[in-house]
Amino acid sequence: MENVSKTKMVEAPEGIAGEGFFATRFDSVIGLARANSLWPLPFATSCCGIEFMATMASHYDLARFGSERVSFSPRQADMLLVMGTISKKMAPILRQVYEQMSEPRWVIAVGACASSGGIFDTYSVLQGIDKVIPVDVYVPGCPPRPEQIVDGVMHLQELVKNESSRRRNSDEYKELLASYNIE
Amino acid sequence: MALDTLEIQNKLQEAFGQKVNHFRTEYGVFVLEAEANSIVEILQFMKEDKTLNFHFLTDLCGVHYPENENSEQFCVVYHLHNWFTNTRIRVKTFISGTQPELPSITSLFESANWMERETYDFYGIIFTGHPNLVRILNMDEMVSFPLRKEFPMEDSGRTDKDDRFFGRTINNC
Amino acid sequence: MSNIVLPAEHRYNKIIQERQNEDGSELAILNLGPTHPATHGIFQNILLMDGERIVEAEPTIGYIHRAFEKIAENRPFYQITPLTDRMNYCSSPINNMAWWMTLEKLLNIEVPKRAQYLRVIVMELARISDHIICNSILGVDTGAYTGFLYVFQYREKIYEIYEEICGARLTTNMGRIGGFERDWSPKAFEKLDAFLEEFPAVWQEFENLFTRNRIFIDRTVNVGAITAEKAMAYGFTGPNLRAAGVDYDVRVAQPYSSYEDFEFDVPVGKSGDTYDRFCVRNAEVWESLKIIRQALEKMPAGSEFTADVPAYHLPPKEDVYQDMEALIYHFKIVMGEVPVPVAEVYHPVEGGNGELGFYLITDGSRTPYRLHFRRPCFIYYQAYPEMIKGSMLSDAIVILSSLNVIAGELDA
Repeated sequence: MENVSKTKMVEAPEGIAGEGFFATRFDSVIGLARANSLWPLPFATSCCGIEFMATMASHYDLARFGSERVSFSPRQADMLLVMGTISKKMAPILRQVYEQMSEPRWVIAVGACASSGGIFDTYSVLQGIDKVIPVDVYVPGCPPRPEQIVDGVMHLQELVKNESSRRRNSDEYKELLASYNIE
Repeated sequence: MALDTLEIQNKLQEAFGQKVNHFRTEYGVFVLEAEANSIVEILQFMKEDKTLNFHFLTDLCGVHYPENENSEQFCVVYHLHNWFTNTRIRVKTFISGTQPELPSITSLFESANWMERETYDFYGIIFTGHPNLVRILNMDEMVSFPLRKEFPMEDSGRTDKDDRFFGRTINNC
Repeated sequence: MSNIVLPAEHRYNKIIQERQNEDGSELAILNLGPTHPATHGIFQNILLMDGERIVEAEPTIGYIHRAFEKIAENRPFYQITPLTDRMNYCSSPINNMAWWMTLEKLLNIEVPKRAQYLRVIVMELARISDHIICNSILGVDTGAYTGFLYVFQYREKIYEIYEEICGARLTTNMGRIGGFERDWSPKAFEKLDAFLEEFPAVWQEFENLFTRNRIFIDRTVNVGAITAEKAMAYGFTGPNLRAAGVDYDVRVAQPYSSYEDFEFDVPVGKSGDTYDRFCVRNAEVWESLKIIRQALEKMPAGSEFTADVPAYHLPPKEDVYQDMEALIYHFKIVMGEVPVPVAEVYHPVEGGNGELGFYLITDGSRTPYRLHFRRPCFIYYQAYPEMIKGSMLSDAIVILSSLNVIAGELDA
């Protein structure tokens, strides 16, 4: 009987399979699990937030990528989706939310305003959130279409799948955080 | 019954004489200029008089005219509306550039509270008698008043944008 | 956890010290926002609570202040439309059209009837999409997630119609001085007809879910009521004011863009509480559907989509490559050297939240001298601390979402 299911199953990582066992590296399995269950923290400030609502709604459904539970508590979220303009008044709060997230954590800057300040080249707007927190994926657009946001999440999934589990303890990572003055 | 601009002008001039002047109609809205110190009495008269009845404050904003003479550098513009006769009116007051102060109208119109705070935040115009005149939109630590003409729009400390690519030079920035 | 360490001389700390309840409990300070799932947009309220009841609230806004008014002083007139998009981003075509109408008032340009009717259709679609968001999110805040997912599908249909007209979904940047940039394709009208056919049944189902729902009524009736006098004193306009019983609608008081040709009612509530605001917005969606149908029926024949003002409206590219005049106009418009008189104009429209006004002062140069936006959200949000005094925390959330405060319009 051929497989009539339309569900696309995730591919198994490289490894040695046998009768009742599958041997692979820890990193691949952990990466696989993390990539397909990224719980987002929607930090929606402005117009991109409305496109995020459209992405979470039934037409573009972000939940099928594992982001079923949207968490507003930083302690329980994996990826921080910063959507919208971050002004200088808001920057300390964004920083605080990022610091409260526990490792592993990733950041997607959705939209032109979060990536680089967007069309608002003014005294009150932070020209890109990478001035205060490290960013993993930038999704350009003003606002980006839901397909683009989903593409950004898929890029992040690739990053997460291939991340070494020793990365967070490495010197490079510590240097990166130190450059932002994050402990 | 419609409210005639001549009637408005006569009533106001009767009550306030020279303190209200420069009456004109611009694009369907009757405009007048009022003296800064008596603005509360003038607006109160316009609100409480039975024929004028301008009971709704539509808008309050400030404008900066650095080219004017010193006593007229800032202008605060009030837009009032009478819903019953569907008449709009614009009242402008000019205040000094070095010491911009004006009595607050929060006692008359509660909606003026935040509008005056915004005008203070942008221009530094002090509204005497305001219950809580602090910055509202900008950061509390800010010392300058950003919407004044001499204040630049862009953040002078930004490092990632090269002004040459934006066509800006020291002459036209 | 929160970074709110109020200074010792803050009045909340004083009130806490002075007031002691009979059972020995103290008042507490709770920080609501700026990042909070139920505040749609970022604004903060520091609440002084007595158990579950709110004693006082202190709002802080400005977390998304993007200095639109300052930017507008540095941009030629065509480049200000993207700014207006991003004010009330749930219904951006209304903001766009309001800006074009302000300029047309300034320049005394007469827009042809057909273009005016097209504008009315787009503005009413935008109003429907704004009210869909407000009412479905009010449902989400009371715990009813189904309505949100169901009607959001129809918001996607509205986005598809916008895409046929101007190419963008959310920040539409639609129109030109004098009308539109191109005529609407037949596909746009097809999609519009399909929407008008399918949506009423959906909206009826959405209403049926909520209006007689016992839980929803318990959560929203007599919650956040405001009297008509208080509402007028606080500068309320739009659905929030109409829920309090005052029938002021800019489309009726000062008709613009041929609204006087259409017959529609202005729904009015009684007590100004959350339930009335919900019902007024529901009824306004029905009225908007009525207006769109009338506009489609009465649409003048032909394909005129803009006024004939070559000095302000970019000429078609074929003419630019062949005609000297068109080339000169194209150059002047792109460089921003359009002839504007030195004048002041104030133009109000009925936005999704109330009277959205643009106060424009020009000085003859290529950028405005001063552009001030009369933003309804900013003005009526002042009443929020008073509306939540004495209510419970969960009521405060419901009141906030029924007010439909859009952060982009609040801070501008």
